[in-house]
Amino acid sequence: MTETVFFYSFAALTLIGAILTVTLKNAVHCAIALIASLAGVAGLYLLQQAEFLFAVQIVLYIGGIMVLFLFVIMLVNLDDAAKERQFHRNWLAGLLCAGATAGLFTLFLTRGAQSLKLPAQAAQEAAAPAGGNVESLSLMLFRDYLVPFELASLLLLVAIVGGVMMAKKRI
Amino acid sequence: MLEPITTGHYLVLSAAMLLIGTIGILLRRNAVIIMMSIELILNAVNVNLVAFSRHHGHLHGQIFAIFIICVAVAEAAVGLGILIALFRNKETVLVDEIDLLKW
Repeated sequence: MTETVFFYSFAALTLIGAILTVTLKNAVHCAIALIASLAGVAGLYLLQQAEFLFAVQIVLYIGGIMVLFLFVIMLVNLDDAAKERQFHRNWLAGLLCAGATAGLFTLFLTRGAQSLKLPAQAAQEAAAPAGGNVESLSLMLFRDYLVPFELASLLLLVAIVGGVMMAKKRI
Repeated sequence: MLEPITTGHYLVLSAAMLLIGTIGILLRRNAVIIMMSIELILNAVNVNLVAFSRHHGHLHGQIFAIFIICVAVAEAAVGLGILIALFRNKETVLVDEIDLLKW
């Protein structure tokens, strides 16, 4: 019961934030709407017993990426862009593509609805893995997924170098 | 009155988020907001992965969500760098005015 109420409130926060992100005119307002949406997603993680991802979402997304976005919005002069037309000239084609995707999703979700009925028993078992979420997650990350973990660090190094290269005036 | 939440609820929410992000990418002209829409799409995928992770009762989905967050961070850093470089050269962030490779 409480889970249902929390799910619907977080889902509403997420979706309203997402819609405002896409539709608002001012880029700073868009960023703040996106922060609300990401906070809603963080609440959904908490609802699904993914505590580590909840913390990562708050610290990394809201505290890291969104602050980076706000910095760039302030570095790049968006006042002229806000006064102009906000949507593409051929917005109908884009809307058509999005509508086709929506139809596909509806088809999949209605045809596959039977396979998604989770027995209540399994939900309870999955809810509490032994040793807590962070501990079991770290064991799995450093034992089974060690090579992808190292590759991710390499990706981040490349991203650091690429970001500096791109933002520098003269190399 | 209120039925319990199943994995399907999360999938519908994730599909809706992904759609809104797609609409943002396809329709908006401002490159900063297009990058925000990409973040929305990546978050939709994460919601999906965590929902299936709980559905199957193991943590592999959450590990994948961590890697996706990692890729999103790298994408944001490099993408915003490109945006700053573009603004320095072209004085615009509207994607339909950036047509250097068109003739």
